[in-house]
Amino acid sequence: MSFVFYVLAALTLAGALAAMLLKNTVHCALALTVAFAGLALLFLNLDAQFAGFAQILVYIGAVAILVVFAILLTRGSETPRDGVYSRNWFAGLVIAAGVFAALSWAVLQSVRVLSNETAEPTVTAMQIGNALVGRYVLPVEIVALLLTAATIGAVIVAMHEKEDPK
Amino acid sequence: MTPLASCLLVAALLFSIGLAGALTRRNAILVLIGIELMLNAANLNLIAFWRYGPHPELLTGMMFAIFSIAIAAAEAAVGLGLVIQIHRHAHTTDLDAMNRMKG
Repeated sequence: MSFVFYVLAALTLAGALAAMLLKNTVHCALALTVAFAGLALLFLNLDAQFAGFAQILVYIGAVAILVVFAILLTRGSETPRDGVYSRNWFAGLVIAAGVFAALSWAVLQSVRVLSNETAEPTVTAMQIGNALVGRYVLPVEIVALLLTAATIGAVIVAMHEKEDPK
Repeated sequence: MTPLASCLLVAALLFSIGLAGALTRRNAILVLIGIELMLNAANLNLIAFWRYGPHPELLTGMMFAIFSIAIAAAEAAVGLGLVIQIHRHAHTTDLDAMNRMKG
């Protein structure tokens, strides 16, 4: 694996760690953006141009902005007095370490049987467009419906209801 | 270490970081951020399997990742809307303080 891959992986993991460890929530959101950018660059490094640019547009352009808005609307940037970690943080850490141990054990056990084609795939945006309106047309329609429903649902859920007079 | 295995290990590490954050942070927004990181780790796996799999020209893994990105965007919108509404109702986003389902 190339040097570039390791640099991008380190950038992504550092951003993710910072997002989960920093005390100030706004700083966490900024570190999250770094992690998303690192992931988009990893996708580009893996010759998945379309997915990489979709990642930049959706995650950095929309999700990160949404997170910042939610933090500012809930005044979450104030660091709570009694720490940022929950009471049973140790159990969570143990569970996460166990999951990582299981995953990495599975990957290292199956290194030999994993396929490893090194030929660089050539994928054009035209091929992806044809696949989206051809073979994957039903999933695209379902995702369109789901996004519409989710957008309307999010607006209705977050809508400010008038206080009923008492 | 083969390229696919190193991609999978990076994704496993990213997933574990997201899981640890989702399980240990108090702020509901940061729990959502942890869930987003886990979804992104899954996307990285999909892209890696697509890139190093036997038939990349079929675009299967890439399409899976693109649909997964769209679903994650919907999830983030609904989740953050819920957090804002909970904050309006309970005046806190601390998950340890929200231990009742009754308002």
